[in-house]
Amino acid sequence: MSAFMSLIARDLRLAWREGGAISTALGFYLVVVAILPLGLGPDLNLLARIAPGILWVALLLAALLSVDRIFHNDHEDGTLEIIALGPLPLELVAAAKATAHWISIGIPLTLAAPILALLLNLPAEAFWVLVLTMATGTPAISFLGALGAALTLGLGRGGLLLALLILPLYTPVLIFGVAAMNAVITGPSPFLSSYLILCAITLATVVLAPIAAAAALRLNLN
Amino acid sequence: MSLFPDLGEHAGFIWMAYGVSALVLTGLVVWIRIDARRQISLLADLEAKGIRRRSAGHTQGKKAAKEK
Amino acid sequence: MTQAEGTFNRLANPTRFMGLASTILPWLTGLTAILLVAGLYLAFFVAPEDYQQGHTVKIMFIHVPFAWLAMMGYSVIAIASIGSLIWRHPMADVAAKTAAPIGACFTLLALITGSLWGKPMWGTYWVWDARLTSVLLLFFLYLGLMALWQAIEEPSRAGRAAAILAIVGSVNIPIIKFSVDWWNTLHQPASVVKLDGPAIHSSILIPLLIMAAAFTCLFFVLHLMAMRTEVLRRRVQALRLTHVDAAGATQGARA
Repeated sequence: MSAFMSLIARDLRLAWREGGAISTALGFYLVVVAILPLGLGPDLNLLARIAPGILWVALLLAALLSVDRIFHNDHEDGTLEIIALGPLPLELVAAAKATAHWISIGIPLTLAAPILALLLNLPAEAFWVLVLTMATGTPAISFLGALGAALTLGLGRGGLLLALLILPLYTPVLIFGVAAMNAVITGPSPFLSSYLILCAITLATVVLAPIAAAAALRLNLN
Repeated sequence: MSLFPDLGEHAGFIWMAYGVSALVLTGLVVWIRIDARRQISLLADLEAKGIRRRSAGHTQGKKAAKEK
Repeated sequence: MTQAEGTFNRLANPTRFMGLASTILPWLTGLTAILLVAGLYLAFFVAPEDYQQGHTVKIMFIHVPFAWLAMMGYSVIAIASIGSLIWRHPMADVAAKTAAPIGACFTLLALITGSLWGKPMWGTYWVWDARLTSVLLLFFLYLGLMALWQAIEEPSRAGRAAAILAIVGSVNIPIIKFSVDWWNTLHQPASVVKLDGPAIHSSILIPLLIMAAAFTCLFFVLHLMAMRTEVLRRRVQALRLTHVDAAGATQGARA
């Protein structure tokens, strides 16, 4: 367990020191959310109605942007092979790196969402549910992203391929995240049923995705 | 509740559906056949050069790994 | 070793597979042709108009089999992927790789015929109907698999990476289907016609089943042909590599 925690701490330290990934993801999130009203028109009623969808889709794209870096640097300089030789099973290595991605990218994006929601005139009663659903959904995004990153490791133009592989797998998270928000804003479906399904999807992903990611990593290490 | 009694009105859609399906499936068959011909001729070329196989082709994965 | 395992191992040997495929293919092709002709005859000359959908019901005779084969194709890939990951059988690899483009073609046809059916029925080429949407997502999964196969050069690594993705996808398909259904009931569009009304009359059901059997046979004909080609391709690659190896060795000896 301490090896697991120290791997997360190391990745967070690296992410903090480099800093580029977080600010790029946040900047991308802001630009996407800001440019959509320019295409859709400034009608605040329309924007309020589609705000949950815009915020979630932009979050997925912003997270995708950084997800292919999860294993990339460690693979380039050979650190990944040394980590793989260490005491930690590869499944837990994948889980630790995905967790570090969630803390360094998923949480900042979640915290930025309410500020961007102001731009879209999101109803006030939906702010808490926005943060809650995104905090619940982003781990699934990071863990599925780690799986995609492991599959496309070491390939040229891996980023585009990654998007094609992973975006279809993100649809359940997107659907239930937006459904839980809409349940609070417009009703009539109950909030709790959508939200609990979102929780189930995240829990299942957090358990299963590292297993598949580890299998994919082994292909690169042998 | 017969909303569309006239075949003429929607015949275009029906024929287009069947036509596109025939086109795509024929294309698939042709593509697979051309691909097969090409592999057979490549194999014949190699044999003509005196390169014969000793075992079935499934060892090439290991060889490719060795190559790197 | 049980009998089933024996058959399985014999099939897993590429040379034996090539022989078996050559024996089966002519028969299966003939069966496909007979079923297809019979199905088309029944669909166009015998099956009555549907009281609700008129003549457009004829599109159903190909649309429904395509949709069924789209799912079956992915199941073939998923099962072959399990075989390729657990037993590392080269033939399972070949089966998974060659099923992907064929399955993708049937998925694409299911989408095209579906939208051509939708235009007269719903007044628009595309509705975000739960079924159409999940088939669209299935098509994206196929595209991802094929892109991954293309991106990785080394065949054995590509095979295993694609197998992992295919299994992850097959775990996800029911979840995606469920979430799309959920999403669709929340945003129920008013104009969608429910297709699964009362039980289908046998005059329509029988041509439909024959067409489904015909296209299923066609799928396996195409799959066997493509698998044969893939085995040949791997032989060519293997021969080239040994040739290069041998040439390199003689050159090395000369130098």
